[in-house]
Amino acid sequence: MKVTIKVNGNQVAGEVADRTLLVHFLRDVANLTATNVGCDSTSCGACTVLMKGAGEAGGGKSVKSCTVLAAQADGCDVTTVEGLADESGEMHPVQAAFHAEHGLQCGFCTPGMVMASVSLLAENPSPTEEEVRTALEGNLCRCTGYHNIVRAVLAAAPAIERRSA
Amino acid sequence: MSILGTRVVRTEDPRLLTAGGTYVDDLRIPELADAARVTFVRSPMAHAKITGMDTDAARQAPGVLAVLTVQDMDDLVPPPPPEPGSEVSEGAPMPIGGVWSEPLLAVDRVRYVGEAVAMVITSDSYQGEDAAELVSVDYEPLPAVIGVAGALQTGTLLFDTTDSNVPVSSGDDADDAIFEGCDAVVERTIVNQRLAPMPMEGRAAAARFADGKLTYWASTQNAQISRFILAGALGMDPASIRVITPDVGGGFGAKVGIDREAILVAWAARKTGRALRWVETRSENLVGMTHGRAQEQTIKLGGTSDGRILAYRLDVVQDTGAYPRMSGFLPFLTKLMAVGPYDIPRVQTHSRVVVTNTTPISAYRGAGRPEATAAIERAIDLFATEIGVDPGEVRRKNLIPPDKFPYSTPTGATYDTGDYVTALNKALDAAGYDELRAEQRSRRERGDVLQLGIGLASYVEITAADAAAGETARLTVHGDGTATVYTGSSAHGQGHHTAWAMLVESELGIPMANVTVIHGDTDLIPEGIGTYGSRSLQLGGVAVHKAALDVKEQARRVAADMLEAAEADLELDAGSGTWQVRGDPGTGRSWADVATHAGTDGLVAYVQYAGGGATFPFGSHVAVVEIDTETGKVRLIRHVTVDDAGTVVNPVLAEGQRHGGIAQGVAQALLEEMIYDADGNPLTGTLADYAAITAAELPSFELVQSETPTDINPLGVKGIGEAGTIGATPAVQNAVVDAVSHLGVRHIDMPTTPVRVWSAIEEGVRERDKEQNGEAR
Amino acid sequence: MIPAPFTYKRALSVDEALDLAARDGADAKFLAGGHSLLPLMKLRLAVPEVLIDIGRLGELRYVREEDGHIAVGALTSHDELSRSSVLASELPLLAHAAGQVGDPQVRHRGTIGGSLVHADPAADLPAVVLALDATLVARGPSGSRQIPVGDFFQSLFETVLEPDELLTEIRIPKPEAPSRWAFQKFTKRGIDWAIVGVAVQGGSVALVNMDQTPMRAAAVERALAGGAGPREAAVHAAKGTNPSADINADVRYREHLARVLVGRALEESLAR
Repeated sequence: MKVTIKVNGNQVAGEVADRTLLVHFLRDVANLTATNVGCDSTSCGACTVLMKGAGEAGGGKSVKSCTVLAAQADGCDVTTVEGLADESGEMHPVQAAFHAEHGLQCGFCTPGMVMASVSLLAENPSPTEEEVRTALEGNLCRCTGYHNIVRAVLAAAPAIERRSA
Repeated sequence: MSILGTRVVRTEDPRLLTAGGTYVDDLRIPELADAARVTFVRSPMAHAKITGMDTDAARQAPGVLAVLTVQDMDDLVPPPPPEPGSEVSEGAPMPIGGVWSEPLLAVDRVRYVGEAVAMVITSDSYQGEDAAELVSVDYEPLPAVIGVAGALQTGTLLFDTTDSNVPVSSGDDADDAIFEGCDAVVERTIVNQRLAPMPMEGRAAAARFADGKLTYWASTQNAQISRFILAGALGMDPASIRVITPDVGGGFGAKVGIDREAILVAWAARKTGRALRWVETRSENLVGMTHGRAQEQTIKLGGTSDGRILAYRLDVVQDTGAYPRMSGFLPFLTKLMAVGPYDIPRVQTHSRVVVTNTTPISAYRGAGRPEATAAIERAIDLFATEIGVDPGEVRRKNLIPPDKFPYSTPTGATYDTGDYVTALNKALDAAGYDELRAEQRSRRERGDVLQLGIGLASYVEITAADAAAGETARLTVHGDGTATVYTGSSAHGQGHHTAWAMLVESELGIPMANVTVIHGDTDLIPEGIGTYGSRSLQLGGVAVHKAALDVKEQARRVAADMLEAAEADLELDAGSGTWQVRGDPGTGRSWADVATHAGTDGLVAYVQYAGGGATFPFGSHVAVVEIDTETGKVRLIRHVTVDDAGTVVNPVLAEGQRHGGIAQGVAQALLEEMIYDADGNPLTGTLADYAAITAAELPSFELVQSETPTDINPLGVKGIGEAGTIGATPAVQNAVVDAVSHLGVRHIDMPTTPVRVWSAIEEGVRERDKEQNGEAR
Repeated sequence: MIPAPFTYKRALSVDEALDLAARDGADAKFLAGGHSLLPLMKLRLAVPEVLIDIGRLGELRYVREEDGHIAVGALTSHDELSRSSVLASELPLLAHAAGQVGDPQVRHRGTIGGSLVHADPAADLPAVVLALDATLVARGPSGSRQIPVGDFFQSLFETVLEPDELLTEIRIPKPEAPSRWAFQKFTKRGIDWAIVGVAVQGGSVALVNMDQTPMRAAAVERALAGGAGPREAAVHAAKGTNPSADINADVRYREHLARVLVGRALEESLAR
C-alpha cells in the first residue's frame, strides 16, 4: 500500500507492505537511520519518535515507532532526532544538554531518549528528578546509568522555557 | 596548564546527537547497496539430536535467495584434531578445542535453545523472518542438563566422547586445617546468577567478497582479533581480509572478537557470492549472545571474635553453558582476585567448569571479578554478623594497609598501588554512615514497615590483565599542523576519541579540534588488540602518549635544523603549540612549519606499547536501601562510591564509566536474571521479562573523588570501565540483607526480588522465633 | 520482530468498521492504538489475516459527563484519560490508573477500549472498570447492546464480544463519593505489569492478576458492608481467587500481596 508521512517537515511517500513498521519506514523509505530498533517487545524505547495527526496542535507525542504501523502514521507528522536542530543547524536545547552533561556514550539509545525527553518536557516543563526518571522508564540505556541523562533533561528544561518565552 | 584532568565534553557527541551513529544496520554504502539479509534458524530445543531437516518450503518462499545448512559447508577445512595429551590451559581465554569444540552451525545435535541450525538468505529482513519459520527441523529430544547440580549429578553428557560434564577442574584441595584457631567460621553456598549483557545494539555484521578479498563490518570490540578469527575459520590469509568497526552500540565484553553466527555471515557471503548483512533481533540476542556470570560459590571464612580474618576458602563452580568458549578463564580470574583488598593469611581456592544446555557464558562487565568481590563481601558480612562487629569495622581491620604495596596475594596477584582504608573511610563519611545507622536503629525500635539497609563493599580489581599484549598507536602531524591518531583501541561508548585527542593536545599543544582519532579498520590499523578488560587508557592511551613524545623528539630535531640551533636550546611551548629557541619567541615555528619541513609525510611515530603489568583499581561502595517489609520490595535510595583508578584524564568520561558500571552492578543485585526452566527453555526471553534496570529504579549516584596513581605506566592510569559494577553489586546485596537482618535474615540470593525478600523475611522470622523459643525453654 | 503478513484496511466510520468486520469475520481484528495487539503480532503469537484500523474514529474519543454517569469513548487514550478534567473530579480512580499504564509512549497510543477488549487479567483498566460497575456498549451488525462489566470478561484474553462487534463506549455510574478511591499496583519495576493490583472505589474492591479475569474481591466487600475496618476486611482478599505462579511470584506470595494491598488501598481510600 502507499503510505505518505511528513517526516521532519518533508513529505515522504513509499509503496510498502501493509505490515511495515513505522520505524522501518523511517529508516528504509525516509532514509533516516538515527532511529534504532533495540528490542521486539515494545520495551526499550530506542525507536521513540514524535507523532501527531495532521492539523493536531503541538509538536507531537512520543511513540514507540516499532509498535506503530507505517499505515497508522499515514498522513501524520513525525519528528525524528534528525529533525530537531533548527534551520541553521543549531542543536535543540535537549541535544545541547545531552552533550554538555555527557548524557550519551555508545549513542544507540540516544535518538529515542532525546525524543522521549523532548516529549516529556513539552508535557511537563519543570519536572522534578523523580518525574524525569518515571517519564523515562520506557527508555532503556545500558551505558550511562541514566545519571547524566536525568541531569541533561533537568538542565534542558529552563533552556526550553527561555526559548519559548 | 595541561588539559589533562579537566572536564572536557565529548567530540563524539554532535554527530551522534544530530545525525545518529552509523551502526552496522545503518551502513548505506555502495559496497552494501545490494546486500541481502541473513536470518538464522534456531533450535527451540535445549538438548536434542537433529534427525532431519526440510528446507524445501523455505527455499520457495518469497524473496529467498538461498537456504544454507551444514551440508553446504564443504568449503571449510575442518579444525585440526587436538594434540594427544594436550592440557586445557585454565588461564587462557580460548575456547576449549577437541571434544568440547563448538561447530559453526549445529551438525547433528543442538545443545541450547537458540543454537543456530540453518541460515536463510533473503532480499529483506521481513522475508527472512517468514522464510526461517518454514525451515522444518526434526528433533529427537535428549534430557536437558540445567544448573550446576544438574551438570554434576546427571547421567546425561553433553559431549558423548567425554566422561563428565566438567571440562576444567583445578585448584586447592579442601583442607579445613586452615580454619584452626578461628573463634568463628561462617560458611554458605551462594549464587552469582546468570545475566544477559544486553547491549542496546545486538550482534550485527556485514560481509562482501570481491576479487578474493573479504571486507567485513562488525559490531565488535576488536577489529584486528576479528580478522584473525575470520582468517582461521575461513582458511584465508589475513592480508585478504579487511575488518571495519562502524559505530558499536555497546559491548560490555560480549562483543569481544566475533562469534559463530558472525563468522557464518562471512562464509555465506563467499558461498553465495552476495554481499550479506545480519542484524539479530532482541529475542535472538537474549539467547544467542553469550551470557555472563553464572557461578555457584561456596564461601567459608573464619577469624577471631574481634574481627581479624584468618582464613578464607572459595569454591567456584562455573556454569559455562553449552560450550566452554572461555575455557576456565573466568573462574581463574575469580580465584586470582578472591581475597579482594584484604590481608588474609590462609587462602584456598578451587574451581570447576561445567557444561549445561544453556547459552554459552563469556565475559560480561567485570568478567570473573564481580564474582570474586561478591563472594568475599558476602562472606565478610556473614562473619561480621556472626561475631556481632560492625561490617565497616571488620573491613577496616583487614584491609591491606597502604605501606604494603606492591602487595602479593596468596592467590598470585600483585596489587600495584592502593589506599583501601582511606577509600572506605571516604565512602562512609560521604554516606554519613553513623547517621544512617542511627536512622536504622530508630526504625527498628519503632518497628516501621519501611526498614533501612546499609550495605558496604570494598573491592580491588584487575585491569589490563593482558598488559603484555599491549596496544598500538600511530600519530601523524601533517603539513597543515593538524594531527591524526590511529589507535588499536576500539571505543564503543567510552569516549576514546576525546581522551586521545586530549593526550595529544597535552603533550604537543595541538588543539583537540585539530586532532582526528581513527580506530577499527584493519587496513588502516593492521596491528592492535582492541577494548576489553578496562585496558584502553593504560595501554592504548599510553601508546598515544608515547607516540606524542616520539613525535616531539622528531620535531625537536627538525626544528633545530630549521632554526640552525642546538636541540638542547629548543623548547615547545605546549600552550601555543609553537617551537622556539628558548627565551626567543621571535623564532617561533608552528607545527605546520615543522611538519612541512620534515617532509611530505609530516612527522610520524608508531608505537607498539606493551604494558609493564596489570593494574589494580580499588574502591568502596555504600548502598542504602529501603525495604517494605510487608511486600519485600526494595528501593535503592542512595548509592555512594569511591572508585579509584589512578590519575583521571577526563573526569567527565571517568564519571560516566562509573555511573554505567554502577547501574549494571545494581541491576544484578536487584533485578536481572536469565532464567531457564528444567527443560532448558528460557523464561526471560524478551525485555518484557528480562528485568533490565530503568531510570525509575535508580537514584542519582554520589561519586567521591580519589586518585592513587599507579607506577606501572607514565600516566599513572588504571582502568575504570568495570570498577563501578564490581563494587556496586555486593554493596546493594549486603544492604538488602542488612535491612532485614534484625528479622533473622542472614542471606538472600540475587536478584533480591520482592518475592525472595519476603520469603527470606518469613523464614528469618520463623528461625528467629525458633531460636527464641529454644532459649526460653 | 515482524508480524506475519496481513491485509490492512482503514475504517473511516463506525459503520464502515462494522461492515469490514462482518465481511472478514474471524480472520480480522480491530486495530486501535495497537499496543496490546501489535506486540503479540510481532512475536507471531497472534496472526490475524486482516487488520481493521479504527484509530481514526475520532467520534469514539471523548469523556463526557452525562445524566448520572460518565461516558468514555472506547478510543480515548490512556494519556487522554489521565489528563481529563472531568475524570479528575468525577472518576479520579480511572484517571489515576490510566496514568499508570505502561510508560508515556504506550499511554500516548494505547486506548481504554483496546485494553478492555484485549482482556489481559494483568492489565490495570479491566479491574478498574470492574470496580466502577461500568456498562460496556458494543455495536454489531444487529445493533447496539449494553453489557454489564461483570458479564464482559470471560477468560484469559477472552470477552463476550463477537468478532464482528465493536466496543464503542464505557459508561460509568458516578460514584457516591468520588474521592473514596485507591489504586495499588505492585510491580518489580515501574514499567512492569502488576504482579498484583487492587482498585477501590467506595466499597467496591477489584483485583488485578489474581485470576484468569479481573475479579471483585467479594469476601472483602461483604466484610466491609458488615462494618469491618480496612485491615480486617483485607484478611479475606485472597478468598475465591485463583492466581498463577510465574517468575515473579508464586501463589502464596500473590495471596499475601492481595491481602496487604487491599488493606493499604482501603486505608488510602478512607484517608483521602
